[in-house]
Amino acid sequence: METNKSQEIENVNLTEAPSEEHGSSRREFLGQTGRVAAGVGVAALLGNLGNYALSYAAGGPPIKIGILHSLSGTMAISEVSLRDVVLMAVEEINKAGGVMGRQVESVVVDPASNWDLFAEKAKQLLLQDKVSVVFGCWTSVSRKSVLPVFEKNNGMLFYPVQYEGEECSKNVFYTGAAVNQQAQPAVEYLMSPEGGSYKKFYLLGTDYVYPRTTNKILRAMLLAKGVPAGNIAEEYTPFHHQDYQTICGKIKKFAAGGGAAVISTINGDSNVPFYKEFGNQGLRAEDAPIMAFSVAEDELRGMDTTALVGHLAAWNYYQSVDTPQNKTFVANFKAYCKRNNLPDGESRVTDDPIEAAYFGVYVWKQAVEKAGTVDSVDKVRMAVYNQKFLAPGGTIMMDCCNQHTHKPVIIGEILKDGQFKSVWRSKGLVKPEPWSEFTNPEKGCDWITHQGTYQKK
Amino acid sequence: MDSQSLRWGYFSRMGIRRLYGQCKGGDSVTKGFMKRGPCALAIALLIPLFFVLNVAPKPVNAEGEASNLAAVSSAPALSPIEQALADLSSENAETRSAAVALLIEKGDASLIPKLDEIRATADRLVRQAIKPVVDLLKNRANLTSELPDYRRSAASDLASTGRREAIVWLQAAAAKEEVWWVRYTMEESANLLEIRSGDFAAQQIAIKKLGELRSQNSVSILKELIEAGKAAEATEEQKTLMSAASGAILEIDAWSTKATIIETIFRGISLSSILLIMSLGLAVVFGLMGVINMAHGELMMIGAYATFITQQAFIALLPPEHFDWYFPVSLPLAFLASFGVGWVLEATIIRFLYGRLLETLLATWGVSLILMQAARVYFGDLTAVIAPQALRGGAQVMVGVYLPYNRIFIILLSIVCVVGIYYLLFNSNLGLRVRAVTQNRNMSACLGIPTRKVDSYTFAFASGLAGIAGWALTMVGNVDPGLGQNYIVDSFMVVVTGGVGKLAGTIWASLGIGGLNKVIEPFSGAVYGKVFILIGVILFLQWRPSGLFAAKGRSADA
Repeated sequence: METNKSQEIENVNLTEAPSEEHGSSRREFLGQTGRVAAGVGVAALLGNLGNYALSYAAGGPPIKIGILHSLSGTMAISEVSLRDVVLMAVEEINKAGGVMGRQVESVVVDPASNWDLFAEKAKQLLLQDKVSVVFGCWTSVSRKSVLPVFEKNNGMLFYPVQYEGEECSKNVFYTGAAVNQQAQPAVEYLMSPEGGSYKKFYLLGTDYVYPRTTNKILRAMLLAKGVPAGNIAEEYTPFHHQDYQTICGKIKKFAAGGGAAVISTINGDSNVPFYKEFGNQGLRAEDAPIMAFSVAEDELRGMDTTALVGHLAAWNYYQSVDTPQNKTFVANFKAYCKRNNLPDGESRVTDDPIEAAYFGVYVWKQAVEKAGTVDSVDKVRMAVYNQKFLAPGGTIMMDCCNQHTHKPVIIGEILKDGQFKSVWRSKGLVKPEPWSEFTNPEKGCDWITHQGTYQKK
Repeated sequence: MDSQSLRWGYFSRMGIRRLYGQCKGGDSVTKGFMKRGPCALAIALLIPLFFVLNVAPKPVNAEGEASNLAAVSSAPALSPIEQALADLSSENAETRSAAVALLIEKGDASLIPKLDEIRATADRLVRQAIKPVVDLLKNRANLTSELPDYRRSAASDLASTGRREAIVWLQAAAAKEEVWWVRYTMEESANLLEIRSGDFAAQQIAIKKLGELRSQNSVSILKELIEAGKAAEATEEQKTLMSAASGAILEIDAWSTKATIIETIFRGISLSSILLIMSLGLAVVFGLMGVINMAHGELMMIGAYATFITQQAFIALLPPEHFDWYFPVSLPLAFLASFGVGWVLEATIIRFLYGRLLETLLATWGVSLILMQAARVYFGDLTAVIAPQALRGGAQVMVGVYLPYNRIFIILLSIVCVVGIYYLLFNSNLGLRVRAVTQNRNMSACLGIPTRKVDSYTFAFASGLAGIAGWALTMVGNVDPGLGQNYIVDSFMVVVTGGVGKLAGTIWASLGIGGLNKVIEPFSGAVYGKVFILIGVILFLQWRPSGLFAAKGRSADA
């Protein structure tokens, strides 16, 4: 099973080779398929051997890393892109000479959107494949399920998705946003005169840990800022909820008289029926804008954007961010997907988690080079702290002690083509706070002067 | 050169129309502002130009239009506005607000591009100063837009600006308005602005009027007035306003309860119609053929993907003005695609499993997984179906009741489907045979009914129904590989509650479950609403294990 997987990855790199078949007729092609397959196999083998020999010659055996993203099941739609971008980063690094002169070899496993399987596959990566680092997970529940595995075996996980915070593990590096780097600034923006001075907030989410915790923090924050409890509504729907009639009706009542905004933590396939119903019930982005934390370019690809135009989202990166390194990054990613015949090829887009997954690999590389070793997770971890990297969206910095990432916050408005127009950008980088100052003011996270979560005086 | 002249033709025409309107005094605000002399002169100059350059006009971007416009009508009289535009960027807050006031009073929509230009380079303070000006001018221009939706949006936006200047514009627009809903919004907005005016008499009238209009949007401000009236230091006037406001709120609330009831009923029916259209095919297969078809949801998915493919073909092959036709065209295609897959499924798998309920369940579940993953691999996730124009938005049938077109459409479709199935089963030769085979397979075979064929047609037909359901569902939800999974449980719930083998049961069960769901949801929230429904169904099945309409008589044991 496993060898199959890793061979698949090797083959991906070689798909350019058999391109001469396109000229021949279909029958010939079919006739040749067997031979070609055998040839590709042999070529792959040789290529591998060559690679292997080269890497040995350069500076030692290849460094193994693990990729733990669902390639099938419900989360595949989001997570496959993360696997692709990590593989792309690995390819770039290898081309540039590897890490400390050693090639990087990725072990890809498929936890199939199954939370228990995540833990199992994580164990396999750490104990059987003995990878130095793992890049993976999307949903909070999958992260929670692998957390004990990483803590018990002292592994290292780079987690690239925005999440609800309230976690402080020394075995995880969070390259996505904490709540104070996405949800809080977004709501503060809506309350500001520039954002529209909204006074009423409808917190709507899918019923699981991320929306519940985020909304708990937001509610505490709104109350602290003097928004009366009567002006905050909170509502949850089950996963895959399809019928948003009643909720849109409620929002309409709530928004009557103006000054209301919807804060959406709706996840996955419920977004389309929600936005459609919202528009069809005559609600407009001007009456009540929806500020979403789980809708990015990758999700918008699959949606009819007519109902979404003018609504908002908060992230730390957009494909439209105007930096030279981002232009290269986007072009490289599209080219990579096309070259490797990944689904949708050139029409693929980048988004926040994709960027976070990408720079995670480089942060790890820099840390390994600084530590001078891959064998000691603890040494690499110490080297990750304070690492800076010029990510596609701008320079980011790993925190000195709390495992999270300093990132900029950008509010974007959804455009017709499924891209975002940036309407607001934080000044500089926002410091991550795994424990929110509103819900857990007494707690802090620090692995340098404390042992993880500690009580502030 | 050519395109340049085209543009000029268009602009000069626009300029003339505008100048003419101003000279005639049609535009009350700019009336005193524009001198008639330069006007006539400008027109005299422009008319020949217009005739010379009058080639087929072509819409161009708004920015170019307005800068040219400004060039055309650059009379010296415009200078106060230009002065105000310059003042906007001033350091002095008072100068800025004076400029804002002037621009609001005298400006029109042609200034917007200029303001946008200033905004692009300005700092935050200036932007905040400009925003109300741009909002007001834009909305004012939109009040006379050709699209009712734009007029309505403009009217409601003007209410939120809180500027008294807008009252006159709104009243003027309302007087000319023909669409009642737009007129309603205009009147509502005008009164909402009036109520904030501070003028006691006007406020009293506005409160009364808003009560009569049953304006939900006014509730918050009316409540504020009541609060103010209750305060200890309230003046006599405030107290009067308070009593008027509480009267208005009573009126509004009474109406709103009525509207909520109507909307809840509509939502219940809408959800029921979706449940019904999903479960019809399942009811036929499960009820008449005794097959638990777990792949029913995936057959719906196939219908949805057929719609998507048709849409893509329309985008690729036909000019955009025919785009909306993809939707009707994809109906037969969705039906046929699912029909075909169902037929193949029956011929290759199901027919070996008749009479073995659990095996059909497992086999079709396997098929559903295969189909789902195949769709995921082949289509990926780039599969949005864009609703045709006619099914977007909705109808405002009365104050507070807004019915989305796509929902109305699905309700009608489900009625058509039910009638069609009844006709087919009870009025056609095929239906007679299906019923005969359902009742007694062996006897029907003895009488010369080709039971194999009947089975295969029935299954394929039911699959086709699933395809139609998938087609319709693209209008409310998304097209993705998990589409079937989202609905299959609900469909089974409906069929089992209704009583296996009874179409009438399916109809009543979907009405009951859908209706109940929408009645419970406002109080319990979506998550517990679903829980309550499931508990209700379980209890109901304890009481009547064979569903609402149990099969009776000899065929019940078969």
